[in-house]
Amino acid sequence: MTSTGAVRVALTVFAAQLRDRPLRLAVAVGAIALGVALAAGVYLVNESALIEFGRATRQLTGAADLVIRGGRAGFDEALFARLAARPEVEVASPVVELDVSLAAGGTLTVLGVDPLVAGALQPALYGELVGRFVPLLAPQAIALSARAAESLGVSAGDRLAVQLGARQRTLAVIAVLPESAYGRRLGVMDVGSAQWTLGALGRLQRIDLRLRAGVDVARFRASLQLPAGVDALTPQVSEARGANLTRAYRVNLDMLALVALLTGAFLVFATQALAVMRRRQQLALLRALGATRAELRLAVLIEGAAVGALGGLLGAALGVAIAQFTLAALGGDLGAGFFDGERIAVAADLSTLAAFVALGIAVSVAGAWNPARDAARIAPAQALKAGDAEAAPSVRRRLPLAVGAALGGIALALGPPLRGLPLFGYASIALLLFAAVRLVPLFAAAVLARLVARRPVPALALAQLNGTVAQSAVSLAAIVVSFSLMVAMAIMVHSFRDSFDRWLGEVLPADLHFRVTPPSDTAFVSPAQALALEQLDGVARVELWRVTQLSLAPEQPPVALIARPLAASSVPLPLIARATAPNPGLPLVFASEAMRDLYAYRPGQVVELPIAGRPQRFFVAGIWRDYARSGGALAIERSVFEALVHEARYTEGSVWLAPRADGATLRERIRALLAGGETLQVIAAGELKGRALAAFDRAFAITYALEAIAVAIGLLGVGLAFAMQALARRAEFGMLRHLGLRRREVLAMLAGEGAILGALGALYGLLVGVVLSLVLVFVVNRQSFHWSLDYVLPAGPLALVAVALIAAAALTAGLTGRVVTSGSAVRAVREDW
Amino acid sequence: MTAPLLALERVARRFRPDRPPVLEDLSFALAAGEYVAIMGESGVGKSTLLNVIAGLDRPDGGSIRLDGEELTALDDDALTLLRRRAMGFVFQAFHVLPYLTVARNVGLPLALNGCPSGEAEARVAAMLAEVGLEGSGPRLPRELSGGELQRVAIARALVHRPRLLLADEPTGNLDPRTAAQVLALLRAQVKGHGGGGLLITHSRAAAATADRVYEFDGRGLRALADR
Repeated sequence: MTSTGAVRVALTVFAAQLRDRPLRLAVAVGAIALGVALAAGVYLVNESALIEFGRATRQLTGAADLVIRGGRAGFDEALFARLAARPEVEVASPVVELDVSLAAGGTLTVLGVDPLVAGALQPALYGELVGRFVPLLAPQAIALSARAAESLGVSAGDRLAVQLGARQRTLAVIAVLPESAYGRRLGVMDVGSAQWTLGALGRLQRIDLRLRAGVDVARFRASLQLPAGVDALTPQVSEARGANLTRAYRVNLDMLALVALLTGAFLVFATQALAVMRRRQQLALLRALGATRAELRLAVLIEGAAVGALGGLLGAALGVAIAQFTLAALGGDLGAGFFDGERIAVAADLSTLAAFVALGIAVSVAGAWNPARDAARIAPAQALKAGDAEAAPSVRRRLPLAVGAALGGIALALGPPLRGLPLFGYASIALLLFAAVRLVPLFAAAVLARLVARRPVPALALAQLNGTVAQSAVSLAAIVVSFSLMVAMAIMVHSFRDSFDRWLGEVLPADLHFRVTPPSDTAFVSPAQALALEQLDGVARVELWRVTQLSLAPEQPPVALIARPLAASSVPLPLIARATAPNPGLPLVFASEAMRDLYAYRPGQVVELPIAGRPQRFFVAGIWRDYARSGGALAIERSVFEALVHEARYTEGSVWLAPRADGATLRERIRALLAGGETLQVIAAGELKGRALAAFDRAFAITYALEAIAVAIGLLGVGLAFAMQALARRAEFGMLRHLGLRRREVLAMLAGEGAILGALGALYGLLVGVVLSLVLVFVVNRQSFHWSLDYVLPAGPLALVAVALIAAAALTAGLTGRVVTSGSAVRAVREDW
Repeated sequence: MTAPLLALERVARRFRPDRPPVLEDLSFALAAGEYVAIMGESGVGKSTLLNVIAGLDRPDGGSIRLDGEELTALDDDALTLLRRRAMGFVFQAFHVLPYLTVARNVGLPLALNGCPSGEAEARVAAMLAEVGLEGSGPRLPRELSGGELQRVAIARALVHRPRLLLADEPTGNLDPRTAAQVLALLRAQVKGHGGGGLLITHSRAAAATADRVYEFDGRGLRALADR
């Protein structure tokens, strides 16, 4: 045979078999399609959201070379005059940027700009306003983006009520910007009107600068002497800062989707490996007819590539549909609450889709690699002989690589985050999983050899499993891969939820809580209101907080600054570390775990925080656990903060009831007293905790879904493996029927094999899952979100899932056996094996 | 006169209404200790005859009795248990389980019939000695030649001392010398165990080892030779 001829003959034989057993092809293609679809779907959702996010940021910065940005509190507008006077500056545009509480509930980002100057820098956004800027100069005039007008249900000429502290003000909607101007919710006012009307006199949050031609941006930036807490950002850094906010969440979802793809690849491996085992004699025949080892290997790989191409094409199409559906149903953050329900279109170009098809082919070929090698290794003379069976797995060949991979996995788990992501952690999981799969045949052989059954049917089931360890190991590995990942994820999510639940109990000790929600720059509780609140009948005690933001690094999202009572508080900080070094007489700051990871804050250290435009020195007194903010949070004594900013206002508070006071009545009285309308939430601690846990579950819903799909793919693999083995054993079943085994005994034997494999898979999967969960809890989660978790093993639920898995494996094996044994026992024994 | 071990009376089997019946009014008897061969061209229905006798296929009419028990009246479970207890099979393709040792392959019918393990081991060892495979119990099928595999199949077919041995082309996959040895063994074993044996073959050499030879031509059985 010529080389191409041999491959063609091999492929013809395989194609004929695929036609004969279309289910095998369908399952393998389906698994790859599902994996690619999930990976493509999650990727497209993330990318589409980021593209939209980036577009919105670029529309806001326009042609600016630098954006001078302070925290939420902003900076003194005198900086604008100083910068605008610099000879390198061609255009300087002052901007007030505030999240304004709406009386009807929710917030609206409002930009206060000088329309003529801003029109030069951001013509797409403000072009429409430049022509009619005069009406915008009216003190309470506001123009809305089309999206804002639509979501608020207002149009030009309507009024819009906003909450400013305890007061409400009404703005006049003078125009609605065209859809093309800006795709998100936005209000635009004149900068002076915004300062006057929204209570930000003398303050700016941003200055957009365009520099003259030839000015070196980097040198100019370095020459700026900006107040503490004010940064000069290039548009690229500005965009990256937004993306950084959700990066870890997105990467984790990408990884989870890749798990589904990996499981799909494993299914291809399982189908190919079993097909090669089943076709031993046919492959040997091809070898006897003159096909070389390389040609056989190539033929199996081509088959894998064909499965991957089909699956990849289907998966890419399905991925676009998933992304469209997800963006419409859950938004760009898949329900995690980062993007505030923005409407986002799927951004899928041909090259991205082609990359996913290629990914499908690559994982499918990778899955076919080992089976192809095994196909090439078959010794024709032995395989063509009647009674040929597989050899026992070689310990010497498997153990060193498995141990090496496991040690590598452990070493990688100790690695630091790379560019803020737990990439070593992911690699560690991949290596540990590889080691675990590599050891499956040895584990199966060791356990099966120790099992004993006296009755003939179970004894036959055991003998079959013992005699076909390599085939059993493939089914077992399919169970182990999907089940261990599921176990690891379940432990991680359970640990997280349990820690979060306990944390909520610690940080919500009062009876009632109130807060401005969503957080805004205009709604707050005044000292006078706070005093009245303390004097309300039925109120035993009140604690007031002010939460604001600080910008500590240009490329990072802002850090939450919580000014609250610390020394005399009834709401403890959940501390995990305290300073042992003496305090040199500075005010104290308690840093969240994210501050330790992102900004290297350590207990006992002295740090500078930009408050009121000046760097202020604080002593880091401890590290606390904060599950509410992964970007970092700092807690300082409220009196210290108020002394620095010369201002007292509150955004959150806790209320303890007097004995026998009625919570519901008091809640209404507090709401009426604070007059915050819909922007002020007054809620019982239990309800708040319930809502927080519900939000947690919502954020993890997509995780559960991806996890369930991975397990479903794994079980599909198990079903397929059983079906293929059962098909291959038809003659055996026929012979056993001749020997006097009833059909139900044959089915019981198969179900028993399934149950034994399911039990081994569940046991081994649990062990591997626990190991992987350690990496997830202590490395991946820690490095992604910068908070530690208490490790909790949900023994009951895991035991239930394990039992369900064993039952599913037994049922799957029994059902496939039912199909296979429904044919004639006579015909079965006439088929040669 | 003693009742025959196996008696078929007017047995009929038709697979499709638009085709002629495969078996029609077929009657035949086999005495205990008798070894009978049935020859015929491929496709005439030899195996169908074997299958209706074994209870693996149901006749459309007629009667089949084994040791006086009417098989057509039994349900599938009862037929299976009868097969387990009273019949042994030898196939052309051996059909030994590759993952079981020779001893465990041979011991399968004993295990299925609930024979105590100690007794089963002794009977398997004795049976293996009878078929010339003494000491081969721990070996795996892949270590055996074709002739040895068929000896294992014969040992398995006879180890539980069935009343009736059914052999379907048992030498079809063997060379002439090994085939002759296997046929001699089959005959000796049937005669030695006191049951009956029915050999289905298209080989004249194989048929020649039987007590009586019939030719089956699709219309009925025609006696060819008596030993």
